[in-house]
Amino acid sequence: MVENRPFLNILTHAVLILGVLVVAFPVYVAFIASTHEPGAFVRGVLPLTPGDNLWDTYSQMLGSGWQVAGAPPLWLMLSNSTIMALTIAIGKIAISILSAFAIVYFRFRFRLLAFWIIFITLMLPVEVRIIPTYAVVANLGMLNSYAGLTLPLIASATATFLFRQFFMTVPEELMEASRVDGAGPMKFFKDILLPVSITNIAALFVIMFIYGWVQYLWPLLVTTDEDFYTVVLGIKRLMASSDRVPAWNLIMATVMLAMVPPVMVVLLMQKLFVKGLTETEK
Amino acid sequence: MASITLEGIKKTYAGGVQAVKGIDLAIEDGEFVVLVGPSGCGKSTLLRMVAGLETISEGTLKIGDRVVNKLEPAERDIAMVFQNYALYPHMTVYNNLAYGLKNRGFKKPAIEERVRKAAKMLEIEEYLQRKPRNLSGGQRQRVAMGRALVREPAAFLFDEPLSNLDAKLRVQMRVEIKQLQRRLKTTSLYVTHDQLEAMTLGDRLVVLNAGKIEQVGTPMEIFNRPASMFVAGFIGSPAMNMLPVEYLATRSADNLLDDLPAGTDIVGIRPDDMHLSAPSAPHLVVDSTLELFEAAGAESHLYVRLAGSEQPTVIRTGGGEPPVNEGETLRFYIARSALHPFNRESGQRTG
Amino acid sequence: MQTKRSTYQNRWLPYCLLAPQLIITLVFFIWPASQAVKSSFERTDAFGFKTTFVGLSNYARILSDPSYLNALGRTAIFAVSVTVLSMGLALLLAVCVNRVLRSAKFYTTLLVWPYAVAPVVAGVLWWFLFNPTIGLLPHVLDWFDINWNHRVSGSQAMILITIAAAWKQISYNFLFFLAGLQSVPKSLIEAAAIDGATPFKRFWSIVFPLLSPTTFFLLIININYVMFDTFGVIDATTGGGPGQATMTLVYKVYTDGVAGLNIGSSSAQSVLLMGIVILLTFIQFRYVERRVNY
Repeated sequence: MVENRPFLNILTHAVLILGVLVVAFPVYVAFIASTHEPGAFVRGVLPLTPGDNLWDTYSQMLGSGWQVAGAPPLWLMLSNSTIMALTIAIGKIAISILSAFAIVYFRFRFRLLAFWIIFITLMLPVEVRIIPTYAVVANLGMLNSYAGLTLPLIASATATFLFRQFFMTVPEELMEASRVDGAGPMKFFKDILLPVSITNIAALFVIMFIYGWVQYLWPLLVTTDEDFYTVVLGIKRLMASSDRVPAWNLIMATVMLAMVPPVMVVLLMQKLFVKGLTETEK
Repeated sequence: MASITLEGIKKTYAGGVQAVKGIDLAIEDGEFVVLVGPSGCGKSTLLRMVAGLETISEGTLKIGDRVVNKLEPAERDIAMVFQNYALYPHMTVYNNLAYGLKNRGFKKPAIEERVRKAAKMLEIEEYLQRKPRNLSGGQRQRVAMGRALVREPAAFLFDEPLSNLDAKLRVQMRVEIKQLQRRLKTTSLYVTHDQLEAMTLGDRLVVLNAGKIEQVGTPMEIFNRPASMFVAGFIGSPAMNMLPVEYLATRSADNLLDDLPAGTDIVGIRPDDMHLSAPSAPHLVVDSTLELFEAAGAESHLYVRLAGSEQPTVIRTGGGEPPVNEGETLRFYIARSALHPFNRESGQRTG
Repeated sequence: MQTKRSTYQNRWLPYCLLAPQLIITLVFFIWPASQAVKSSFERTDAFGFKTTFVGLSNYARILSDPSYLNALGRTAIFAVSVTVLSMGLALLLAVCVNRVLRSAKFYTTLLVWPYAVAPVVAGVLWWFLFNPTIGLLPHVLDWFDINWNHRVSGSQAMILITIAAAWKQISYNFLFFLAGLQSVPKSLIEAAAIDGATPFKRFWSIVFPLLSPTTFFLLIININYVMFDTFGVIDATTGGGPGQATMTLVYKVYTDGVAGLNIGSSSAQSVLLMGIVILLTFIQFRYVERRVNY
């Protein structure tokens, strides 16, 4: 900064600390709730200090689940979420990088048409095509399956555009040098282009993993079998029964566990996350 | 080892733009030929057609006895050094050199031997395990050369390989490339826009302009007898001065200019052919005003305006001091034999 | 559209490379979308036996349906409130982080993680805080004589979903504002300081105008977010109620189509939504083009 103004500096830090606390507060409260016994909530207002039931709550949810509410054990939902997020992230990257490769490194008929078909997916988020997509998935017999959960979310114009943009910045000479070195297109793709794109792939992976993890509406539609519940969906199912049995500690434990994996991804891979976020949205 | 023969090579782009307008050229086995010309003259396109990176619109390209028009770059038995080196950023220097050999199915020990040999020749042995980003510009350039060398191809193609280096390194690498080529005797085709690089490197120069050959010859042939005004202006630095014959005629009492070849209406004079003292041979005498004196160490440049024509002209001398003060009149002499006669309309040399 | 200077000549390979994406796009995007367009012109009888072409009557019906117009209005209020709230707070935080050089990374880490929280989870968190029986905030509000019950009060329900949706979006806006602030040339700020501008004056006269591309971009993204990605927030908290107080357009497509099984109306609503997305995408691309031309 240009100059030093102690008052302004103190104010800045005060605003930031307040901001951090406000942002974290709801999660703190949820965590506290998950450490208490179910009885703690009947007495009225929620306590603000941790209880001593943390171990019991989490082991019950992870192990057996919450039978009364008809929810499967959390580990199952967590693994479903992981499978879904990984499939979507990897699938999106795989199909996008291949099509971007085709669009940038080949000249062929219908190239523009292909580009526009991919472009259109930008304008059709799953939220606007719920019912007919559901019908397609149902007709294909993919309800209550991992394929049904992931495939309709997997085509991604943003990822294709990102790779296209990145490929355009890869020096022409790399491809030419590899041609002189005797590498055909797929060899160039595997030996040179993929390794060179690795940071972009990783950054995109972080974003797409989160995208896959937080999906809610689509799993809500296509999974009626609880073996395919994702954890995000599981929370809602637990809440649906909460009017009868307000087991807040169990619900909040689920909430905490649903947040941990994607939040950890963001925190541990912050640099890639920021890169992915700012580059996919251009 | 092989010759390279170009017959009527043309390149027409999709929009109808013709980048290369019919090139005939025979490069002998072991020869070092430099394609030189201003940017946009088609020299890179021509080189890339030889490499197989651009399709050939018309004409025949032979490497050795094979017509290679339709062959992939890898099948043409050539190696190429790129302007930006095009090193594979994620591979070590060793793997950069080895990649082309691996793709050709060489066995490990053979690859190892060739890479070591090339690395030794280029003095890059100690960098073999490094990645390109940890190398200096000059080292990268050597690796790029090494990648071409290991392949032991029939021909080397160089696409302005020195233009990303600083001046000092450029001179050093120029010398090394020349020595290397002498030693290996591999046919080489080298593209540059730098006339000095072209002059010093090539056995023969091909001066290109607007997709056509202006002149082919040894560096000294081209310097001494430029075939066109374009070549005259392009080769040599500072560039050749062009003076109209009618102006010079008013400056010379004798009929020195009478025997100029028919059609000559402009003559070229190299800046070092303008002398401050009268030579004994028949000569012209011209008066001018010294506008600027530029001392460049071993040589000096005098920027003058000719009396009665106002045309700016450059003189090169050896002295470190201005012969007269700036703004004063300067008389100089041009030997009759130093005139290069041209026709302005055709741009060609008249004799 | 560009390719590389030299390209590969293979005939079939590019089609094979494109095939996976194109097949998925055609099966799960283009085909359903065209089905939506088709059935938006049709009506199916109660038993699903007979489908008749009814022209634009589905559209006419929803556009004159008070509950649809209500949802349109609610969506607009919701979008504006969330955008203003989250962008305002994000800008404030970004400006602060941009001021503290040494601890910038530390604060950034503590501010970005809500991006990874699912909208449903965001909804549940705030719903829990605002729970009329055991929630913390209604108790606090009680001291000010405010009786909080979002199950009864429509405006309170709207406030609840606005806070929850804005909370999740702050981190996103924050990152983009911070990137924008960091790309403001230091020399400009120094020049302004030499010209005697106070920090606040410098911000409003120099920095904020330079941020306008970022601001505009975020505006579009936020509207998009509120329209489509807040389904989870609403489903977890208010379910569109009380009454229709928090019924957004996407939520209505869902309730009419899935719960109400009114395919014709739901499809027509989907098509209208597509129109909105296309419009937003168009604005965004026009804007990106303009930015490129700077």
